[in-house]
Amino acid sequence: MTEGCLELNYDIPANDFLHAGEASSSVKKMLNQLGVDPDKVKKTAISMYEAEINAVIHADGGAAHIEIWKDKVVIKICDKGPGIPNVELAMQEGYTTAPDHVRDMGFGAGMGLPNMKRYADSLDIDTAVGKGTTVTITVFLK
Amino acid sequence: MKVNEIVKVLEATVITEIDSDGLEIYSACGADLMSDVMAFVKDNVVLLTGLINPQVVRTAEMMDIKVIVFVRGKSPTQEIIDLAIEKGITILTTKYSMFISCGKLYGAGVTGRGVCC
Ligand SMILES: Nc1ncnc2c1ncn2[C@@H]1O[C@H](COP(=O)(O)OP(=O)(O)OP(=O)(O)O)[C@@H](O)[C@H]1O
Ligand SMILES: [Mg+2]
Repeated sequence: MTEGCLELNYDIPANDFLHAGEASSSVKKMLNQLGVDPDKVKKTAISMYEAEINAVIHADGGAAHIEIWKDKVVIKICDKGPGIPNVELAMQEGYTTAPDHVRDMGFGAGMGLPNMKRYADSLDIDTAVGKGTTVTITVFLK
Repeated sequence: MKVNEIVKVLEATVITEIDSDGLEIYSACGADLMSDVMAFVKDNVVLLTGLINPQVVRTAEMMDIKVIVFVRGKSPTQEIIDLAIEKGITILTTKYSMFISCGKLYGAGVTGRGVCC
């Protein structure tokens, strides 16, 4: 453990719509236990959940690495999926490549990345076609 | 509006009820796509949806939504019910469609635009 920071790691299983979101749920619980301001917990939980669901529906799952510092939460969601060919396009509200079976599960509004952008204090997307995507979400707690 | 009034207005069936006596609902969000729900950050919201999926409960959990109404007579699965109990979320079902359910709630005074965070 890095000094001054609490680290958490989770697997994000592929194609599991019952358990998808459990990592975000655990992080939310932890932040609440640490007494973090509820609005900040909500911003963090929504952003992480959107990224977690993207890893499930677009990239066959992945992994989550979370660092909770005194003044910020940093969430990295990594996958080895297909990557995002055009990030600027993917960031647009309503843009989605989700197939019908994903829409039937309640996803594919094309609002996940825009929601992350809105709720996170900083959002970084590192992606390479054919290699995978790492989304880094930072929420400041102070 | 209290949860028991929502039950009356929507002639709803209570599937799980978790200590919602003190809860006052000001605003409603009707959607079948969960990211549309998450674009709508307000407090004291009831979520109406035609989607039967555990991710509805997850979405409510992330957003601190305490009441979900499944519309058009759809019944949640046991997995959904168990998750809702674990997360302390009240689940109602109504035979009314999304449109009629929203109209009835609006007509009964759930008109709040909420407070953005
Ligand atoms: N981890 C990822 N790997 C590959 N492609 C991705 C990933 N995350 C997002 N994308 C691409 O970016 C698009 C937009 O993502 P966004 O989260 O905004 O919408 P969505 O997931 O399609 O729908 P919603 O999030 O509203 O349910 C996706 O449809 C997909 O093409
Ligand atoms: Mg998404």
